[in-house]
Amino acid sequence: MTALEIQNLVKVYDKDTYALRGIDLTVAEGDFFALLGPNGAGKSTAIGIISSLVNKTSGSVKVFGHDLDTDVVATKASIGLVPQEFNFNGFEPIINTITNVAGYNGIPFSVAKKRAEHYLKRLDLWDKRNAAGRELSGGMKRRLMIARALVHEPKMLILDEPTAGVDIEIRRSMWDYLSEINSQNGTTIILTTHYLEEAEALCRNVAIIDHGQIIENGAVTKLLSQAMQETFVLNLYSDLTEAPSIKPFTTRLRDDANQLEVDVPKGESVTSMIDALKNRGIQVGSIRTKSNRLEAFFLRLIGKNDGAAP
Amino acid sequence: MNYWRLQWIAYCTIVRKEVRRFTRIWVQTITPPAVNALLYMLIFGGLIGSRIREVDGFAYMDFLIPGIIMMGIITSSYGNVVSSFFGTKLQKHIEELLVSPVSNTTILAGYITGGVARGAAVGMIVSLVAMFFTDLRPVHPVTTIFIAVLTSIMFSLGGLINAVYAQTFDECSIVPNFVLAPLTYLGGIFYSISMLPPLAQKLSLFNPVLYMINGFRYGILGISDIPLWQSFAVIMVFIVILGTIAMTLLNRGVGIKP
Ligand SMILES: Nc1ncnc2c1ncn2[C@@H]1O[C@H](COP(=O)(O)OP(=O)(O)OP(=O)(O)O)[C@@H](O)[C@H]1O
Ligand SMILES: [Mg+2]
Repeated sequence: MTALEIQNLVKVYDKDTYALRGIDLTVAEGDFFALLGPNGAGKSTAIGIISSLVNKTSGSVKVFGHDLDTDVVATKASIGLVPQEFNFNGFEPIINTITNVAGYNGIPFSVAKKRAEHYLKRLDLWDKRNAAGRELSGGMKRRLMIARALVHEPKMLILDEPTAGVDIEIRRSMWDYLSEINSQNGTTIILTTHYLEEAEALCRNVAIIDHGQIIENGAVTKLLSQAMQETFVLNLYSDLTEAPSIKPFTTRLRDDANQLEVDVPKGESVTSMIDALKNRGIQVGSIRTKSNRLEAFFLRLIGKNDGAAP
Repeated sequence: MNYWRLQWIAYCTIVRKEVRRFTRIWVQTITPPAVNALLYMLIFGGLIGSRIREVDGFAYMDFLIPGIIMMGIITSSYGNVVSSFFGTKLQKHIEELLVSPVSNTTILAGYITGGVARGAAVGMIVSLVAMFFTDLRPVHPVTTIFIAVLTSIMFSLGGLINAVYAQTFDECSIVPNFVLAPLTYLGGIFYSISMLPPLAQKLSLFNPVLYMINGFRYGILGISDIPLWQSFAVIMVFIVILGTIAMTLLNRGVGIKP
């Protein structure tokens, strides 16, 4: 079954801001899906529409087969949302925030209290249960919103940049927890992120969105194998005055004249690149990869999409 | 899950949250109207009223008290919903409701009930204060309660509509200060319209608050400038109009959904 099916979704905010220019997206039930894109790409807008926070301009959205236009109660009931910005009552004890949202989902108060305890404990917030929301640290606030999204045990969890402003240790434990929810409960998870490692570490499928368009969509592993080149930074024994030409590799001088950047296309070996340099009398002292392959790929994709039509 | 059961639980949750809100900040929400009422009763009812002859056969203090209670109910109902709903919007936790399977009718009913609860709390406190000044007991208690609750519903709806449009806290106080206050003060709290010159009497009939205050006064004293059915009719018409507007605004997501 498909958890999410989006067809030709368009969103125009006032003053002709095209946030989404007709996106299509399908997420299978049980998937762990990443929506990847730079600032302003339209990720939060897409998520806002799916979770009924934003009115769409046109197009259709189905959540577990329920159409947003005709069966909004069913779509809402099956979604748990962790938004990008904090949106809880900062003056209320956090346990009330959780039990309130449980109530809005039709969970009786007695059950809601037990659920709140369970999820607040699971997210290490139980000691803070009587603290007001605004007294929490940034990472705790993020976790509060995760607990709140889970309290009605939705079939689909949507997280908009869940690990923004969260330290490495907590990010790790958040990743573990999300993976656990996904694999043990079969909860479909969709998250947006700027961090490519996050998508790479967690997700099975990914869509890359830029300027309101999906520019790449598929399995993370497939995209990785398509990430056609890897860039290396070489420290040389002597300074160069210009970048040498060694086909099929592309080279660039860095600000330091003894550092060279070389793109190695897929299928070419690093040793043949070093040999080619040796043939020019250039000695390589040390070598490191410049960036994550996915990252380079991602930036190139976005670069290609820069002149998008309005 | 059963749809109606879900909506009922959600409704109770909103009401519980709303009541908790105004009781938690009771110094701001309950005491000011009580202090106001006390001052009115001391100054107008006690000091000045003692030099005024009877109005419609009642001591001025007794004539005054129903209007003072009603004034508390009106301002608190309106104020509760406008500030609570606006705060919910401003802090964005309205989104908790928007993403949940709560219908807009339930949201509206929940907030309106919150406004009525605050109106009732204030109405009772002011009535308690009034007991120090009079030994009046309502002549028609059922009418009294009906008029009070319906008026409270009406002004709660007004507060919600105001909150939907408001962008700043200032915009939450424009209507109460520049529309509600004049209408209430000119709505026959302090006088019977029969004391006014003919033109002012006619103009007063266009003031909806007049119908509520007189309806309420009828409930307590058994006298009114206005036939009771007219009071009910005016309130009901306003509830229907404001309720329709509020529902439409919520359904369209005005001021709430981009
Ligand atoms: N409420 C709004 N009113 C008008 N324009 C908006 C609104 N929300 C978003 N936009 C515009 O829509 C576009 C997409 O924004 P969106 O928030 O969806 O991006 P995003 O991918 O989530 O970015 P980020 O990674 O920075 O969170 C941007 O140009 C933004 O300015
Ligand atoms: Mg965003």
